[in-house]
Amino acid sequence: MTTMRERFYRLAADALEDERVAMVFAEIGVAEMPRHPRLFNVGIREQLMIGVAAGLALEGMRPVVHSYTPFLVERPYEQIKLDLGHQDLGAVLVSTGASYDASLSGRTHQAPEDVAALAALPGWTIEIPGHADELERSLRRALAGDGRVYIRLTQESNAVPVEGDSLTVVRRGTEGAPFVLAVGPTLDQVLAATAGLDTTVAYLTTVRPFDAAGLRAAVRGTDVVLVEPYLAGTSAAEVSSALRDRPHRLLALGVPNAEFRHYGTPAEHRRAHGLDAAGIRASIEAFADRNLVQTRLRSLTTPRL
Amino acid sequence: MAAVTTLGYDDLPALLTLLTGDEKHDWSSLSTLDVLWVLYDRVLGPDDRFVLSKGHGPTAYYAVLAAKGLIPVEELAGFGGFGSPLGYHPDRVLAPGVEISSGSLGHGLPIAVGAALTGRRVICLVGDGELDEGSNWEAVQWAGRIGLAALTTVVVDNHTSTYHWPGGVERRFELEGWTSALADGRDHDALERAFDARTGAAPHVVVAEVLR
Repeated sequence: MTTMRERFYRLAADALEDERVAMVFAEIGVAEMPRHPRLFNVGIREQLMIGVAAGLALEGMRPVVHSYTPFLVERPYEQIKLDLGHQDLGAVLVSTGASYDASLSGRTHQAPEDVAALAALPGWTIEIPGHADELERSLRRALAGDGRVYIRLTQESNAVPVEGDSLTVVRRGTEGAPFVLAVGPTLDQVLAATAGLDTTVAYLTTVRPFDAAGLRAAVRGTDVVLVEPYLAGTSAAEVSSALRDRPHRLLALGVPNAEFRHYGTPAEHRRAHGLDAAGIRASIEAFADRNLVQTRLRSLTTPRL
Repeated sequence: MAAVTTLGYDDLPALLTLLTGDEKHDWSSLSTLDVLWVLYDRVLGPDDRFVLSKGHGPTAYYAVLAAKGLIPVEELAGFGGFGSPLGYHPDRVLAPGVEISSGSLGHGLPIAVGAALTGRRVICLVGDGELDEGSNWEAVQWAGRIGLAALTTVVVDNHTSTYHWPGGVERRFELEGWTSALADGRDHDALERAFDARTGAAPHVVVAEVLR
């Protein structure tokens, strides 16, 4: 199966046929691309990478900026805030190396806080494709626009793509059953985790702007489980805001906010973070059990008239 | 930048008196006044882009833009006000004639490099203190290596960098492949000659010395 990264380089090379499009790289990925006068490799200079993209956008170009996640989002964070956001200029930022993809490389090459960091800045569209086909859809849409778009590539992939860009229910439980929202590449693990459980499972790739209307329409009970492949709770406030006038409980799963000092494989990291099917299932069952206990407690303590 | 000249250099002091409140940046602002005037009066063409990276103390910038008819003179008195387009750091979305928003040091030159990649002539103004920021040197290095001739940087060198630039700031640019020219930052003819000294084969730096 073609990885998202492989698909991205092919799409990026094709996108250069549009004279409005320019690529700004900082060494990473350059070897995967054909030479082109609008593929600018700035060397290992990530602050410059964002500034150059802003300058190109100032002149009416559509810059696509690509690097490894920590070097794309974290090192030039102020450039992202000012050179793009404050200037009101657009660009497409495409990261590779999501969360624990670089499990062997340690903390220097991991940035599970990427989405939270960008979501803290106004005006970003944030795309979390779970399949290479979804990446293609996101990238084509981003190239056709002129806004600020972040697309997170990962080695993880669902077996099949999901059609549609807004929140999509992929399996419906009984009325009022716990609602599980899987983001991007967590879907296959979530479907495996909830096999045989009475749950509704929905899927989302565009996490900003958050599809609040879609969530309100899809949630019919009180229990909501959010499963994100990056920092746990990144979209918790969006869910709470969408459901602010409805009694609800939220369990937000994702990569814990901790210095995680282990190497090993991505699968080992996924398991350690509780994001494999067994971990997700255990979290959902514990969440549901507590609900049951609390319901019983309420029935015992509610005065009878 | 279809400037309509409405006022002259001699009118700038009167315009500056309208811009009050940011006195702590007076020197920063006034050190750029003559360079800005020469740029807008003699150097910049209608298709050129000017990037003010040194966004601290923009009163001289606003005064020059007003003199050239890019900012209504009546806006100057509102400087720093809640509804004014003119703040202590320029905002390109708010202020007419302002081509980039600046204030945080070290951002203008990388943006100028990106704009110059399209072939547009770009002139970027930085301060010598601002050059402490490493982001500038990413831009200086790369622009020199790729021979980005569309780019000119003018350094207003008022010797405010604590550790300064031994041997002259221009040497750092030359090392990276830039051409350079020095000028008294108050001498309009000398500044114009320094801007004209670019060869068209490499990025060019004008070091405009302005001492108190």
